[in-house]
Amino acid sequence: MSAAQTDRRDRAASGVLWRTWAMLVKEFIQLRRDRVSLAMIVVLPVMQLLLFGYAINTTPHHMPAAVLLQEDTDLGRSVVKAMENTAFFDFIYLVKTEDEFDDLLQSGKVLFGVEIPRGFERGVRRGDQPAILVAADATDPVAASSALAALAQLAQTALAHDLNAGEPAVPPFEVRTHARYNPAASSRLNIVPGLVGAILTMTMLIFTALSVTREVERGTMESLLSMPITPVEIMLGKIIPYVMVGFVQASLIVGIGVTLFGVPILGNLFLLAGLSTLFIGANLAIGYTFSTIAQNQLQALQMSMMFFLPNILLSGFMFPFAGMPRWAQWVGECLPLTHYIRIVRAILLKGSTLHNMRYDAVGLVVLMLIAMTIAVSRFRRTLD
Amino acid sequence: MPEPVSSAAPPAAPAQAEIAIEVSGLTKSFGDRVVVRDLSMQVKRGSIYGFLGPNGSGKTTTIRMLCGLLTPDSGTGTCLGFDILTESDKIKRRVGYMTQRFSLYQDLSVRENLEFVARLYAVPHPRDAARDMIRRLGLVGREGQLAGELSGGWKQRLALGACTLPGPELLLLDEPTAGVDPKARRDFWTQIHDLAAEGLTVLVSTHYMDEAERCHEIAYIAYGNLLVHGTVEAVIAKSKLTTYTVTGPDLHHLAVALAGKPGVDMVAPFGTSLHISGRDLAALEASIAPYRNQRGLIWQHGAPSLEDVFIELMGRTPDNFQ
Ligand SMILES: Nc1ncnc2c1ncn2[C@@H]1O[C@H](COP(=O)(O)OP(=O)(O)OP(=O)(O)O)[C@@H](O)[C@H]1O
Ligand SMILES: [Mg+2]
Repeated sequence: MSAAQTDRRDRAASGVLWRTWAMLVKEFIQLRRDRVSLAMIVVLPVMQLLLFGYAINTTPHHMPAAVLLQEDTDLGRSVVKAMENTAFFDFIYLVKTEDEFDDLLQSGKVLFGVEIPRGFERGVRRGDQPAILVAADATDPVAASSALAALAQLAQTALAHDLNAGEPAVPPFEVRTHARYNPAASSRLNIVPGLVGAILTMTMLIFTALSVTREVERGTMESLLSMPITPVEIMLGKIIPYVMVGFVQASLIVGIGVTLFGVPILGNLFLLAGLSTLFIGANLAIGYTFSTIAQNQLQALQMSMMFFLPNILLSGFMFPFAGMPRWAQWVGECLPLTHYIRIVRAILLKGSTLHNMRYDAVGLVVLMLIAMTIAVSRFRRTLD
Repeated sequence: MPEPVSSAAPPAAPAQAEIAIEVSGLTKSFGDRVVVRDLSMQVKRGSIYGFLGPNGSGKTTTIRMLCGLLTPDSGTGTCLGFDILTESDKIKRRVGYMTQRFSLYQDLSVRENLEFVARLYAVPHPRDAARDMIRRLGLVGREGQLAGELSGGWKQRLALGACTLPGPELLLLDEPTAGVDPKARRDFWTQIHDLAAEGLTVLVSTHYMDEAERCHEIAYIAYGNLLVHGTVEAVIAKSKLTTYTVTGPDLHHLAVALAGKPGVDMVAPFGTSLHISGRDLAALEASIAPYRNQRGLIWQHGAPSLEDVFIELMGRTPDNFQ
């Protein structure tokens, strides 16, 4: 044992780098060995993006509809034709009585019912603005919303030809919709940026949530703790590799969003990358915190899911943030996804600058620091 | 102050130069079970200190307290001159701890595991250090194999290699040779003696008597209490045990007949012979007298083996945990 060697042991500054580096290399190798996780890094975002992009939130078209014609007039049929032309509706039933009409909606055979009331044509010609009743199956509000939005336009344009009246000052008739529940229609443009955040939240949380508990369960923690590495070094070594994983995922989602779904990039990509690092870091730190609290990997996974759910529901990803009750908005402000979704949407779709997004950027930094502080203080340095 | 074994290592703290571990009154309980009770011990630098005791007696717990993995409920002590309560960071840099259960990364290869350890201890040129160790362990050609795929004995050897790689001053080995074949066990002990000759201190727990006899000093711990310690000869002498070795036919019958007789503390078959030991020589001889002249039996009066001493100790201490 030389004196130089003993010095080396106690030298702090370069030691931090060495030890963090050691941890980081180890994590990378383990990740590379874990084929399933590796595949998930790519498959998960692509699958979710395609599902959300094409299936779940694509504005639905050709929804089955029924029409109840109380009078058989040209104008009534024109309205139905115009509705069909929006491509939102397929009128697969023509019924004569209210009972049949109700039954079709009740049984779910149609999602929409349109009622042309008795005396409709006469009312239009007299300028009474008679109402067309549209009953929407409220159980699928997302499906209904875009169709109903299209209907609102209908009154303005559909009958222009029939009434040969150019642009009427007042709509010739009214569309009265019976949908109780109707969130703002989300388009793909809105969904893809949100999805970047949602997918990152999920994968980042799970990766780090398992990292410490896995070491405990496999018994490697005993060895690790007996070596001269500090909690901060362990945390950094475990988090940094996944920052890169997060970047790969984010690029993948944005790339697919741009090429497949035509999402524009109006703002600065470097700004987006920088703020994404903050967001990824915040989620990794939160996942890491769970993993210092959980007793085993299953618990860690459950905690991640418990955290993931409010992120999805209260961040403005699923439902418009503005429409949420006050308390829910406050909860939402404490979630990194809320801030990140605003950032991504603003940068991609609105071309916002860092100055515009300063509040949300600071929000991310604060959340990340809080999580890291808890994680480091919760980390048990002994086996007690 | 001259080092007893080695002159290579300059002492870290001159006042304690010849003492590597010194603890007193160490107590640890889990819940309301006292697992280590008022334990005091001293280990000289450069010596090999054997730690013996039945399963669940607190060996692993004691070792963990020495390297800062567990905080003792009470008691004080130093390890390499550093306080075990407050300076565990400094202790960790100088101690190699080999856990009882394999605790290297199963999904890392032999070389990656060694490089990881080398980097953690800021060993210069970790790759070279790992390569040297692979050569020394005789794992050349297998360095790319995942640690989890090694056989049990090779895992043990790798683990020993990993904890000696950073050049520690103290090795804490928790049953390092469990599941290792006799040849490898002998190599292992030769290596430990070589390391000790270079000035390294080794605290090793074991259940093997032959290994205990290869230690400079041993301690016997049972159910949290350190019962005896000292050199092998001293421990045997302290036991005040007299042992008779009997060979002949129908030893089983004799064993049944003698068990529990006054003065007979232990009756244990060893291969074709029977060991009968007791601390009270007069009572023992009285009890065996009726059988001394039985035909075919050959009685030999001899010093007890270490194993006799331990089995007798084990029988004497109640297991207050079960
Ligand atoms: N983390 C823990 N929580 C609760 N009890 C524990 C814990 N660790 C050890 N024990 C208990 O402490 C006692 C001593 O355990 P220890 O592992 O120190 O024994 P040991 O001498 O190493 O045994 P072995 O020879 O089987 O390895 C046992 O009864 C065990 O059940
Ligand atoms: Mg043990």
